[in-house]
Amino acid sequence: MTTQAMTAGRAPMPGMKVYNLKLGMWIFLLSEVMFFTGLIGSYVILRFAHPEQFAEPGQVLNINLTAFNTFLLICSSVTMVKAYAAIQQGDQQGLKNWLLATIVIGASFVGVQVYEYIALAGEGFVPIADAYHAVGRHMPHDGPAIGGQLYGSTFYTMTGFHGTHVSIGVLCLCFTYWRAAKGAYTADSLGGVEIMGLYWHFVDLVWIILFTIVYLI
Amino acid sequence: MSTIEQEMAHAAKGGHHDHHELPFIRKYIFSTDHKMIAKQFMFVSLFFLVIGGLLATMMRWQLGWPSEPMPGGMMLPDAMMAPTPDGAIMLPEFYNSLVTMHGTIMIFFAIMPLLVGLFGNLLIPLQIGAEDMAFPRLNMISFWLAVPAGILMLSSFAVEGGAAGAGWTSYAPLSASGEWTGVYLGQQLWLVSLTILGFSSLVGAVNYITTVINMRAPGMTWFRMPLATWALFVTAILILLAIPILAGALIMLLFDQTLGTGFFRPEVGGEPLLWQHLFWFFGHPEVYILILPAMGIASEVLSNRARKPIFGYHSMVLAIISIGFLGWIVWGHHMFMSGMNPLLGTSFMISTMAIAVPSAIKTFNWLATVWKGDLHLDSPMLYALAFVSMFIIGGLSGIFMASTPVDIYIHDTYFIVAHIHYVLFGGSLFAIFAGITFWYPKMFGRMMNETLNKVHFALTFVFYNLVFWPMHNLGLQGMMRRIYDFTQYDYLAPLQPMNQFISIFVFLLVASQSVYAFNFFWSLFKGERAGNNPWDSNTLEWTVPSPPPHGNFPEMPVVYRGPYEYSSPESDTDFYPQTQPPPSKPSVQALIPEPVTPTPEGF
Repeated sequence: MTTQAMTAGRAPMPGMKVYNLKLGMWIFLLSEVMFFTGLIGSYVILRFAHPEQFAEPGQVLNINLTAFNTFLLICSSVTMVKAYAAIQQGDQQGLKNWLLATIVIGASFVGVQVYEYIALAGEGFVPIADAYHAVGRHMPHDGPAIGGQLYGSTFYTMTGFHGTHVSIGVLCLCFTYWRAAKGAYTADSLGGVEIMGLYWHFVDLVWIILFTIVYLI
Repeated sequence: MSTIEQEMAHAAKGGHHDHHELPFIRKYIFSTDHKMIAKQFMFVSLFFLVIGGLLATMMRWQLGWPSEPMPGGMMLPDAMMAPTPDGAIMLPEFYNSLVTMHGTIMIFFAIMPLLVGLFGNLLIPLQIGAEDMAFPRLNMISFWLAVPAGILMLSSFAVEGGAAGAGWTSYAPLSASGEWTGVYLGQQLWLVSLTILGFSSLVGAVNYITTVINMRAPGMTWFRMPLATWALFVTAILILLAIPILAGALIMLLFDQTLGTGFFRPEVGGEPLLWQHLFWFFGHPEVYILILPAMGIASEVLSNRARKPIFGYHSMVLAIISIGFLGWIVWGHHMFMSGMNPLLGTSFMISTMAIAVPSAIKTFNWLATVWKGDLHLDSPMLYALAFVSMFIIGGLSGIFMASTPVDIYIHDTYFIVAHIHYVLFGGSLFAIFAGITFWYPKMFGRMMNETLNKVHFALTFVFYNLVFWPMHNLGLQGMMRRIYDFTQYDYLAPLQPMNQFISIFVFLLVASQSVYAFNFFWSLFKGERAGNNPWDSNTLEWTVPSPPPHGNFPEMPVVYRGPYEYSSPESDTDFYPQTQPPPSKPSVQALIPEPVTPTPEGF
């Protein structure tokens, strides 16, 4: 990745403080903030309006499993930082190793989330209004349902969109790895790694907020 | 003209750019050149403008002659029309689809891409002195996302149940379940199409903002940027932050429709009001997305055609910014009648009325700009003046809607229909006509025919006012909007003559647009050749050949001053291009007037 590519094909204009790709990513992340604000805001409004449709923390959702998953995602942010630090030193092998670690941990996060979805759906915790019948963890299936369909609808929408963002992030990481393997990044030209990192940390940050709001409160 | 030819020859030689001819598909279809993408947006959205206009004529037939056979109605399928021996009568479900699709197509597929897609792409790089957008390939993707969105939207007419019929605002629960409107797939296509289009706008907005921040030529400081670019920049910020909210809401509504979630469905415990909040939290910034670029275009044209500096350039910029900001805290004024706490309603009323302040600043600045100017009343100027006057009427009727006590009476009547068309047709669309006419020579290298444009202007301006002014009266007399057959109410039946009057002039209004269409295509081939700078304008786009070569500027332009220095005493001509270096010291000395001794005659 040359300086030219960092400014998307042309020589930098005078007065340019941040190169185009990085500025563009920051601007794009602003819109992502608004997207998740819309989803989280809707959840907050619905939960305040219909408290009876939502369960106490831990009743339906498995906090321990997700806490582990949160830990995983935070670790992947650390490995992403290490990847960036490696290429800053011009260490292309280090870049590849840390990128690979990030990919593996990111994919594991998605895997754990899929496992969690399957387990929850098996317990009657589904987004479909008519089929919702979550009895709570370790409870007999014919017991009374805890909460209501809004719980299922909001939970799957918020965590699902976050999971989609992580999955897209993993795909982009694979692309970055492929380019790194071709030796496209150097200490002077690491824009692609940097914006990948920005996106990845953003996704991580969103998860910390979601975990707090959806699982813990 | 010889200098122009020299410059064109220089451009043809390519300056320091290498000019290899691109294959047809890269040049005209999957182009990454911002000027070509602007033209693509223009042709597609003008097509949608025609479609939206035709939908309106069908609606107006039903309103002028309720439940009478529509001429040509037999050509439409039975799902839309009920065939009778005398002809085909429009079905109420189809009328609902017409209302919905007219609004949706005009707002999202005509006005918005014309203002943002056409003028954003065309003007931003050229006016700030950039070679292209910051991300040319993303720019191409933005256009090629808008096209499938448009195809999906149009195809919804052909599916079972017809096109979406819950209004362009698609209020839940009406939109959340097909049981109410009889529209299942059509509504879902509407949601998917707008989600894709939203992504297209978002990609465009990221591009515009990055370009304006990063790609300005040397000397192009923030306060030397033309107002059109300023307006498009603030608009891009509004798009960036508002569209994701709409996208979230659209996706939740789509889940309600397809997966069976219950965000907006009260029968399973959801909140229909949440949709209104989300929609209008996007929707009100959207209103300014649709008017701010129009204001920018009008500012350019008015200052240029009055040969005077824009009055209060800094206050114009600050007004754009404050309109952009205030647009975020007024969405509740769409919901006064949705069951809102009156105290909250009052605060929304006050914040809404506060927008009148920056709007009035702009309006008075425009008036002061043309005041005692050397007015060149050619077609761009006429359209721009129409924009200002119609925007004043639309703005004033907006104050009526913003006042809670008045809104309670006129809410959901034809008064709001009149208001929206005064700002969106009289405002935005007249500014679009001004802009297309003004920058046509830059886009295609030829001038539009002036006589035809004046004919089009006169017809449009007169018919437009005859159509939409009486709608205020319809609204005050209680005729509700989106109604299929108002004659079913005794108190509305006497309004039929006025509705017929409106309908006749709608037909004439739509028909008179063919003058512009003919002129547009005729001038492409037969228009008078335009030089670099047919309007004697100061801004950077007029320093390059028409149409500008690939890469726009043969050499990096250097900017020395603001964009509106017309009739400057420092310049020999009545314009003073932004790139012209200031005169050297002695000539400045020469310009300082001799000390004048007051004479009795003089004072």
